Amino acid sequence: MLAGTGLSPDLVSDFKALTAYPFMVNAFEAGTIVAVMAGVIGWFMVLRRQTFAGHTLSLMAFPGASAALLLGLSAAAGFFVFSTAAALVIGAAVGRSRSNRGQESAVTGSVQAFGLACGFLFLSLYSGVLANYETLLFGSFLGITTSQVRVLALVAVVALAALAFAGRPLLFASVDEGVARARGVPATALGLGFLVLLGLAVAETAQITGALLVFALLVAPPASAQLITPRIGLSIALSALIGVLITWVGLALAYFYGDPVGFYITTLAFACYVIARVARALRDRAGGRGPVLLGTRAAEGPA
Amino acid sequence: MFAHEFFRNALLAGTFVALACGAVGYFVVLRAQVFAGDALSHVAFTGALAAAAAGLDTRIGLFGATIALALVLGVLGPRAGADDVTIGIVFAWILGLGVFFLAVFSAGSSGGNGLLGARALFGSIFGLGSSEARLAAIVGALILVAVVAIARPLLFATLDPLVAAARGVPVRALGIGFLVLVGATAAEATQAVGALLLLGLLAAPAGAAQRLTSRPYLALALSTAFAVAAMWIGLALSYAVAALPPSTAIIATATAIYLLAFGLTVRPPRVRTSEAAN
Amino acid sequence: MSSPAAQGLAPRRPAPGASAIAVEHGEARLGGGVVWSEVNLEVGQGSFAAILGPNGSGKTTLLRVLLGELALARGSASVLGRRPGEAKGQIGYLPQRRHFDAGTRIRGIDIVRLGLDGARWGLPLRPAQGGPVEEAIEMVGAGTYAKRPIGELSGGEQQRLLIAQALVSKPRVLILDEPLDSLDLPNQRAVAALLERICREQGVTILLVAHDVNPLLGYLDQVVYFGGGHAVVGPPREIITAPTLSRLYGVPVEVLETSDGRLVVVGLPEAPAHHSDRHEH
Repeated sequence: MLAGTGLSPDLVSDFKALTAYPFMVNAFEAGTIVAVMAGVIGWFMVLRRQTFAGHTLSLMAFPGASAALLLGLSAAAGFFVFSTAAALVIGAAVGRSRSNRGQESAVTGSVQAFGLACGFLFLSLYSGVLANYETLLFGSFLGITTSQVRVLALVAVVALAALAFAGRPLLFASVDEGVARARGVPATALGLGFLVLLGLAVAETAQITGALLVFALLVAPPASAQLITPRIGLSIALSALIGVLITWVGLALAYFYGDPVGFYITTLAFACYVIARVARALRDRAGGRGPVLLGTRAAEGPA
Repeated sequence: MFAHEFFRNALLAGTFVALACGAVGYFVVLRAQVFAGDALSHVAFTGALAAAAAGLDTRIGLFGATIALALVLGVLGPRAGADDVTIGIVFAWILGLGVFFLAVFSAGSSGGNGLLGARALFGSIFGLGSSEARLAAIVGALILVAVVAIARPLLFATLDPLVAAARGVPVRALGIGFLVLVGATAAEATQAVGALLLLGLLAAPAGAAQRLTSRPYLALALSTAFAVAAMWIGLALSYAVAALPPSTAIIATATAIYLLAFGLTVRPPRVRTSEAAN
Repeated sequence: MSSPAAQGLAPRRPAPGASAIAVEHGEARLGGGVVWSEVNLEVGQGSFAAILGPNGSGKTTLLRVLLGELALARGSASVLGRRPGEAKGQIGYLPQRRHFDAGTRIRGIDIVRLGLDGARWGLPLRPAQGGPVEEAIEMVGAGTYAKRPIGELSGGEQQRLLIAQALVSKPRVLILDEPLDSLDLPNQRAVAALLERICREQGVTILLVAHDVNPLLGYLDQVVYFGGGHAVVGPPREIITAPTLSRLYGVPVEVLETSDGRLVVVGLPEAPAHHSDRHEH
């Protein structure tokens, strides 16, 4: 652990210290890619009110990674494969019980617990001593290789391209399903495809923050961005930006003060959201729902 | 297996934990509060670690953290903006805190403390001493009694809150009180199956019961019975198969029960339009 | 305050020949039972028609047939000369009871824009200023609040924006399911007048389901009145009469006219409630 040096008031030398080691550069690159992907996909997840499903998917990364370890594959491969599989299972199971919210969440909760139980089993089979679960669950920025960064970048590019392609129909189906269907939007297929994409985003993010804390990067930046502005393009960009900033600061703190990086990221994410909530509440009270902060054009005609 | 004291302790504690989980879980699913239950269970982890880091008995942290969060969630309620997003962000942060406490605790004491984190997350039912087991059993029994006592007004308040309120049922107080019960159950069950897995004991038996019958009291009884069955079968399996951890076995059994109920009651596909003139 | 009918605004006659919507000998079934049968109707292009009848009589079922969601058990239906569901791009549709809750932080103008290109794949490119989106918003008079998050707007304001969304792709037929039911009286009249203006100025055929015919009475060319498993079709003043409705329902029905020209129908038996009609809440 590299703890103990602490941040110095001279930011330039801090920056130099941070980028001195290749693995730290890798960590920053990986963190940036992950934060952008999580920020964009999480934006849709928050819009579709699928935060519970997102949380469950993120936890599924844990059995995936531990199964991979058991089978001798890389943890990253396990993350990806298992999260995608879990997304398909949840999508199919949830689709069946759509009519009943209680049943729907019971399914998700059961899947979550079962997946975690399996993860525990795999891990205890792999190493009688449960030393490895910390990295898998809580994240670490040490030891991210260049090839890992490349894989992350590739997955992110593919996922974001898919989202750019299907973004508008997905938005339509998320906001206004009835009318979207009437216009020929394949809402069910899009929903399933989105869950798979979410599984990918989760798998990526889990490699930095750990499976337990993915949620923070997936929910807080988009939720904060949506509170700040309702303009769609701006909101998505802001979500990615906030995510990247949180990740950079979190990584820097973890470097100077020691792992686990997941703790710093969740704390920063929480702080961001609180600030956004408070700012929104103040603005609502002050202006009686005044004009949006960013990107306002002059109101047309008398209010 | 009954000859071994650790098994008898596990059975004692586990049975009452399961009774509590099954009963509380029924209402958790009925009220669609599974996510809140998830949050409460994960918070238990943080509480346990915080207590350990401070040198206290972990159970103080367990119950303290869950009941505190339950009160916060209950009082804030859905109307004050404590929706899924907020719940999620809050408890993600609390989890992060738990990780922090774990790091502090690990740095502070000597070896063997990786186990504390693992035990808090995944349970340690075979490691309970007899006094611990007895205490867990008593608390579990108390929770069960409490749920049975408020079952009728709680049912009313859940299915028809406006009418219940008009009839004098304290809907809001019941809601808060119920969340406190869920918190206490989560703290209880953490000792048995761990913070990460106890959601399975809350959701799966209750989900299975509600698929099989729509009669509320029957479903409540079934949910409790399924949970106990999962516990007993899981413990026995884990005893028989050394490589199988008890919490995994218990949750796997609970999930299997749910799958069985799912398979037995898959509804026929929605009646689409009939074919044109044949 | 006299009704539009009393003011002598003559409803337009449907254009001869081209029919926008037609059903012949139509029969619809749901859940194994017959909802209605032997329904014949024709709505000419550019006319304003309403579907009326008590709860459970099958009004929404007709809409679902016309949208292509439900196939007729017997008979045929056509929209703009094609089978229902084929002319999706030319139909604007407004489902029932859409209310965005306060947490929806998407601007009204973006919701309207979805009506234009929401179903198109690929990255959205900026449209020219003053494009069809702004036109549609101006048409419904929502210019002052279109840029606010839709969750913050009142029921009437949301409804106008949703009508703009249905209009923005310049449809030839506008189908609305109970567009007035969650609005207060002044808003009901305003939205009814707005629909009439759209019909007249843009030549759009309008077919809507309504509970109460009165806000629409002066504007309607045609009424489709469901009851007892059948429907009667024709101009409102011919259909909403005691003899016609009594014949439709098989029980004595009275139609009273108030001093300000409103019609009140008395004695209609309520059809047994269908599960599909129950609103979620």
